[in-house]
Amino acid sequence: MEQPLYLIPLFPLIGFLLNGLLLGRLGKKTISFIACTSVGLSFLFGLKFFFDLLSLPDTARIIENVFFTWIPAGQFHVNVAFLLDPLSAVMVLVVSGVSFIIHIYSIGYMHDDAGYGRYFTYLNLFVFSMLMLVLADNYLLMFVGWEGVGLCSYLLIGFWFEKKSASDAGKKAFIVNRIGDFGFLLGMFIIFWQTGSLDFKTALDPAVAHSVFAVGGGMITAATLLMFLGATGKSAQIPLYVWLPDAMEGPTPVSALIHAATMVTAGVYMIARSNVLYMMAPATMAVVAIVGVATAIFAGSIALAQNDIKRVLAYSTVSQLGYMFTACGVAAFSAGIFHLMTHAFFKALLFLGSGSVIHAMAGQQDMRYMGGLKKRMPITFWTFLIATLAITGIPGLSGFFSKDEILWKSFSSDYGSIWIWLIGLITAGMTAFYMFRLVFLTFYGEERMDSHTREHLHESPKVMTVPLSILAVLSVIGGYVGIPHILGGDNRFEKFLEPVMKGVHHSVEGEHALASAAHNGSTELILMVGSVVLVAVFIYLAYHFYIKNIAAAGKLRQRFSGLHKIIYGKYFVDELYNAVIVQPLVVGSKFLWKIFDVLIIDGFINGMAVIIGDMSTGLRPAQSGILRTYTTIFLVGVIVILGIVLIFG
Amino acid sequence: MENQILTLVTFFPLMGIILLLFVPKTRHDTIKAVSFIVAFINLLWSIWMYAMFDPVASGMQFEVNIPWVSGFGIHYHLGIDGISLLLIMLTTILSTIVMISSWNAIKTGVKGYFISMLLLETGMIGVFVSLDLFLFYVFWEAMLIPMYFIIGVWGGPRKIYAAIKFVLFTMFGSLLMLVALLYLFFMYHGYTGEYTFDMLKMYEMPIPLGAQTYIFLAFALAFAIKVPIWPFHTWLPDAHVEAPTAGSVILAGVLLKMGTYGFIRICLPMFPEATLQFVPLISILAIIGIIYGALVAMVQRDVKSLVAFSSVSHLGFVMLGMFALNLQGMEGSVIQMINHGISTGALFLIVGMIYERRHTRMIADFGGLSKSMPVFSTFFMIVTLSSIGLPFTNGFVGEFLILLGTFASNKVYAVLGATGVILAACYMLWMLQRVIFGKITKPENENLKDLDGREKLVLIPLVILIFWIGIYPKPFLRRMEPAVNDILSRVEQAKVKLAEMENKTDPVVYEDDRQLGTVEIEGE
Repeated sequence: MEQPLYLIPLFPLIGFLLNGLLLGRLGKKTISFIACTSVGLSFLFGLKFFFDLLSLPDTARIIENVFFTWIPAGQFHVNVAFLLDPLSAVMVLVVSGVSFIIHIYSIGYMHDDAGYGRYFTYLNLFVFSMLMLVLADNYLLMFVGWEGVGLCSYLLIGFWFEKKSASDAGKKAFIVNRIGDFGFLLGMFIIFWQTGSLDFKTALDPAVAHSVFAVGGGMITAATLLMFLGATGKSAQIPLYVWLPDAMEGPTPVSALIHAATMVTAGVYMIARSNVLYMMAPATMAVVAIVGVATAIFAGSIALAQNDIKRVLAYSTVSQLGYMFTACGVAAFSAGIFHLMTHAFFKALLFLGSGSVIHAMAGQQDMRYMGGLKKRMPITFWTFLIATLAITGIPGLSGFFSKDEILWKSFSSDYGSIWIWLIGLITAGMTAFYMFRLVFLTFYGEERMDSHTREHLHESPKVMTVPLSILAVLSVIGGYVGIPHILGGDNRFEKFLEPVMKGVHHSVEGEHALASAAHNGSTELILMVGSVVLVAVFIYLAYHFYIKNIAAAGKLRQRFSGLHKIIYGKYFVDELYNAVIVQPLVVGSKFLWKIFDVLIIDGFINGMAVIIGDMSTGLRPAQSGILRTYTTIFLVGVIVILGIVLIFG
Repeated sequence: MENQILTLVTFFPLMGIILLLFVPKTRHDTIKAVSFIVAFINLLWSIWMYAMFDPVASGMQFEVNIPWVSGFGIHYHLGIDGISLLLIMLTTILSTIVMISSWNAIKTGVKGYFISMLLLETGMIGVFVSLDLFLFYVFWEAMLIPMYFIIGVWGGPRKIYAAIKFVLFTMFGSLLMLVALLYLFFMYHGYTGEYTFDMLKMYEMPIPLGAQTYIFLAFALAFAIKVPIWPFHTWLPDAHVEAPTAGSVILAGVLLKMGTYGFIRICLPMFPEATLQFVPLISILAIIGIIYGALVAMVQRDVKSLVAFSSVSHLGFVMLGMFALNLQGMEGSVIQMINHGISTGALFLIVGMIYERRHTRMIADFGGLSKSMPVFSTFFMIVTLSSIGLPFTNGFVGEFLILLGTFASNKVYAVLGATGVILAACYMLWMLQRVIFGKITKPENENLKDLDGREKLVLIPLVILIFWIGIYPKPFLRRMEPAVNDILSRVEQAKVKLAEMENKTDPVVYEDDRQLGTVEIEGE
């Protein structure tokens, strides 16, 4: 079916152009009106096309829209063209919906900022790029969105550009992402030269893929690994996760939108989109699962000890993204996307809630100076609590369904293993601990802020609390689209995405994995109860250390001070990268310039000039202009030549 | 008229010089206005030429071929294909823009300066339209003189050193080229009994492989210095840093392309067998250039020399793509020549704009310009992003096609070359951060005037081109495709010939190779 899908990304683009070109000439009301309406329209058009899609039969749920030819070069041919299938439909709705809510929230949050217009300009550009990313019908156009959101992330992290740490963080984000994009580019090259196309329709057609790639072969493994490198950059996985915690330098709504709900999930989307290719590369699948689960526990452990409220949430995001990759790695792509969606709701809510707190605290982000905010900011507190319950996986809330599905699939899938499950489970415990630690430190206990701040504590305005409430509702109900079979549901979410997950159904193991997953009812139930109990235990521990017996937390910290130092110092990975990569690069470059360029090459050339100059100077006396000397030399020459002729002739 | 369009576009700037001779040298505004109008009208001629150009026809268009020095078979032979068409457009656009940009920057010797600029334009276009080697050589050398004066007279503190270095480097290369050119001339006479410098005729001459190697090397060295290919690049930073803004724009925008154009017009089609043999050498030097240029750019303290080293890196991409010897690589290479002219030209213009305000180009002297000059900073940002190849800007189309093509011919080269994409982000964003972000630390930067109308007028056309080529490169790619195919078909023939030569010694392999050969052709 052909529909004008371009209408979805069009309006944010118009908003960006209007606000950007008229920057400084529009009032605040007009700016936010343009920005919010444009994203709202995107959401409405997204809904419209979503219902169009639903009206189609299951197997034919594809809406296409070819716009124009972008790059034609011989057999290489790429269009600017859009594709709406169940997967991109989910993404479009999540992206435009959450974006709209956060745009509204930003009206309140950024109200007094001097860069109000610039902020909304960037934000609209972001929404446009993100929609391009998820709607693209080929890898190259996806890459446009991919780098476009990276650019917006760069601009918005460094939004307060006068702060060095902010512009540093923006630059770091861009460069680390570029390392990932390097992989993405090379992955695309392999895909193009093997399948002859970058269009999803061709390159991701199981028949085409199986005709050009051997399952488990070097080419497909290389291509998928390189694409995965791109995903680790964008979605902040080991080894390229380092930019995301620093990205918290940006305004908090940006952290919510870009660095929690949408952009950072692009890698998960890309891998789910490419499931046909990934399912052909078991080695890559293993790497994805291991990297995912390792990132989950690694980042989760860092979050345990951070004091900055946004940093805890940042590491939590990295950790939750790890879950999504774990899901992809064990061939449970829909579970990954499911968690992507629920995470978008509750993590956006957590960030916006923390923004509300920071707003009230006049910019303070250190939880050691908070406490007791529960009664001061009731709406913020209750919505925040709901999100916390959702992320920890309390039954009945959205996070429970999605996280549990991932844990179950990592246990039961043929691609999974008990170890992946176990690490995922421990991470769930950690999540419960650090999230409740955060809640207790911020909202409970005594008020530890200075008196000036205390006087100014206030609940945020409606323009901020209403978005919180909407997200809270979504965080509760978001999971009900995917109730597992074991709990009497029929996992409609998975079924909806099924037509896109051709790779899973094409491979025999995949089918087998799904079948065995469906049949192990009792095990699934036991594991589910087990994880809930574990989460409850960790919540109690957080309660014990941060409410009941605060001294115990300090004692614990002292007893394991070495460990605490390492975790608090984030395993010193930034320092390691700096020492091993950044510094040698800078020093080496200086060496190349000063020694190679200036000393050797130019030295050689200037040296030649000097030598020639000196030789000329040496020869100069010969051109004395004194006739007598010339005659004498001439005479001597004649005599010598004559002599030679006479003697040897 | 249609037949004379190339002559018109080439020599029209000289008309301006004649007009300028009648203007008193104190009437600065008149001199500037005349030069601008002449350059602008020439831009219009070239647009007309672009409109008349048949995008699908192969071979040369608007050909003119009349004897010049008939005793030596020298002809006034002009003609263009899609590649030269685009380079001429680039030249006329940049020439027009620098006339406006030089408005306030040049205060002394105004008349001489604008005469040099117009002379330079004729020289540059002349190189792109010549189809006679002798004529090519004349334009090639003629171009040097005005550039020498532009750097040497209107340049910075070390202008004499830079100007002489520039001329000596180039002359050294051109001397070798002259020798090679004469060798070809006599060789052609030996084959056919005819004296000629005609490129199109030389294309058809079967040159033995041994001789090809030497002639290729002679030409390649001349072109390599001009490009510049690493390690012949050290004249470039000096020339750029010392040259006035307009000089840098033309130098980076067009003059460097003379080298790459020389490769594509002379080396590849005339010596295809030698070209095939030198693929590894040139590719590796190109990769070194990409990485080395980027690394050294990163540690520069002067914005202008940073941009100069970034040119070494970008031109490395151009060479890498060209020597991928396939359609994608070569089209990317040509489009990247244009891109580099636009983006780096714009960067030099931008650097010139702050230099006019602050009289310094040291990165450390800036910081926080976003605050005092938001419009300027926005332009700076857009151009920087195009330079690091962000998708939907021109740089991406070029780099992507280059790397895509390179990947098909040699995966290792492509992987190494692609690291340049990362490094470009490093040096460019770091520079951008230190110049426009951060707090204003120097009081001089606080009350800087933002861009005025003239300066915006200079940058807007370039920004439009940045997005045009980035979003809709089809018109440009389509026009160059026949020309690129033409060159590639010569290289393909050479490949077959080389294979046959090898097979003559071993007839058993012959059959196999032939089969492989046909499979390859079918695949394409």
